[in-house]
Amino acid sequence: MAIGRAKIKSVGAAQSPLLGAAMFTPAVLYILLLVAGPFFLAIFYAFSDARIGNTEMHYVGLENFRSILKSPSFRIAIRNSFIFTICSQIVVIVGANILAIALEKTFRGRGFIRFLILLPWVAPIALGAIGWKWILDSIYSVISWVLVALHFYKPFNAPMWLGEPHLAIASVLLVHSWRLMPFSTVILLAGRTAIPKDIPEAAAVDGAGFWRTQFQIIIPMMRPILSVAVLFGLIFTFTDMTVVYILTAGGPFDSTQTLPSLAFAMGIQGSDLAAGAAISLFLVPLLIIIAYFMLRVAHRAEVN
Amino acid sequence: MAVVETRSLTKVFKEGELGAVNSVNLETREGEFLVFLGPSGSGKTTLLRMIAGLETPTSGEILIGGRVVNELSPRDRRIAMVFQSYALYPHLSVYKNIAFPLKAQKVKKDLHKQKVEWAASLLGIGALLDRKPRELSGGERQRVALARAIVREPAVFLLDEPLSNLDAKLRASAREELERFHRRVGTTTIYVTHDQVEAMAMGDRVLVLNKGVVHQLGTPTEVYDNPADTFVATFLGSPPMNLAELSDVIVGFRPEHFRPVSSVNGEAVAFRFKVENIEYLGSEWIVSGTPASGKLGGQKVFSRLNSAQDLSLGGTYDFAVPQRELKFFDRSTEKRVEPKVVSWQ
Repeated sequence: MAIGRAKIKSVGAAQSPLLGAAMFTPAVLYILLLVAGPFFLAIFYAFSDARIGNTEMHYVGLENFRSILKSPSFRIAIRNSFIFTICSQIVVIVGANILAIALEKTFRGRGFIRFLILLPWVAPIALGAIGWKWILDSIYSVISWVLVALHFYKPFNAPMWLGEPHLAIASVLLVHSWRLMPFSTVILLAGRTAIPKDIPEAAAVDGAGFWRTQFQIIIPMMRPILSVAVLFGLIFTFTDMTVVYILTAGGPFDSTQTLPSLAFAMGIQGSDLAAGAAISLFLVPLLIIIAYFMLRVAHRAEVN
Repeated sequence: MAVVETRSLTKVFKEGELGAVNSVNLETREGEFLVFLGPSGSGKTTLLRMIAGLETPTSGEILIGGRVVNELSPRDRRIAMVFQSYALYPHLSVYKNIAFPLKAQKVKKDLHKQKVEWAASLLGIGALLDRKPRELSGGERQRVALARAIVREPAVFLLDEPLSNLDAKLRASAREELERFHRRVGTTTIYVTHDQVEAMAMGDRVLVLNKGVVHQLGTPTEVYDNPADTFVATFLGSPPMNLAELSDVIVGFRPEHFRPVSSVNGEAVAFRFKVENIEYLGSEWIVSGTPASGKLGGQKVFSRLNSAQDLSLGGTYDFAVPQRELKFFDRSTEKRVEPKVVSWQ
């Protein structure tokens, strides 16, 4: 052991300055070019009047922020970002817990069912969203077809899932939840299996029923892993624009716009780079808070 | 009325395979300390888990307090169990761990504090109530697990190898403490172990199990001095009973009864004994070797002596076993039979 370690050390010592640098350069380059660069560029643009197709650019101070804050679309986008993120997390955590409890027991076909549940996570998000766009389509929707066939609605009178503001919000929420459920289920399943079987058995002998065992023993014991699932879910939903962009493109009347989709709509599609950059900067404070909690969870996991 | 009773209790895990527990009939006595003793895989833990309600029997009945409890969930059986790992709730303080059964059994809230403090003082952990389980030593955890078991005053205690996670030194004192605790509360206790020393030291009675079958149920002296069959004879005692096949019977004798001929009085069977190994264990010596002639010739035999300083490796000595210490077993059933006259030559 001692000999082995010494050997490795000497090899490392001879080559360390160059080799070490060479090994982490790609990572540093990646972060600089694709994360730090765009981030500082966004800050730079946010204080300017940069537009697509215009080479000139002037410093305008807080003007972009002032006009954004006045815009009703922006307020809706902020509200939606929080609604989508928080509500879908609630749906996902409740649903994923139920699925994890169900999948913990061994039964025939469990492997196949686990595979099915994981599918939404494996499939590219754009493809999944396009699939949902058809399921929720105003004319071809299978849901509407079933509801009509069951005589809940008259033909051609079924709800426009993506065409009415409230239904559109609910639809986007549903697709976000569908998308995140597998990820949370897998994490929670791992968390559950990590709890020794003795613990729920002791609770059963101590007189606890199903609900008390779940809420007072199992779920509190899973708190660290639960927070990992929630924090990842928050980030995924808060920064996602694919689902909204494909399903509704922010419509109808900007009612499903979120911060990322509005930034894209204003900055890229509307050519107002400065406004897009300013909008996207509003994501930063929340992401910093989430990142802080993630680091704390990671640190605690290390300490224990 | 027996506190716990089982009637032809059987558990088969996989159809067609041998049962983990096979047709066990058992009756505890009020307030006794009953030990399930057996090697690993003997079914002792499965038997205990069926009594607790954590395992469903394949057939047979379990009665607690005269009532068939097969269909009752663990919480309705008035039992308390201490697990091998203690299974303390890691996110709860010691106080909340002990109070959990009270909460779960919907005991009135204003009684909690008083009952928790009673249980904690009984086990001397009153100062640890604010700690989390991970801040406790192994022995302290065991006491918390016991306090959590006693707090709701159950009809039966079920203990599943509660000492096996402690180091050897702590184990002896924890054993003593458990005995004292049992004398104090007087609750009927079933204790599972694979350690014969624990079984002999603590049990009022010992149930010896192997491969899911009960081999003997008796007091420690009964199972040691009068083993019901060759399994019990060899499982208890270290080194185990010496066994010799003589025509149609198996004859057994304990190592402590196989001694130099000069220290044996009365009618005895004598051998020429070649010493091949001597172990000094402090208070005693374990001598092993082979009888030089007769039916036992070439077979390894153990002797336990207070002193073996007169013996030397490779030497041959005159040893003997008192006639009254010989145990006889049927050669085919391996069960105990009446003493017979046998030829040793």
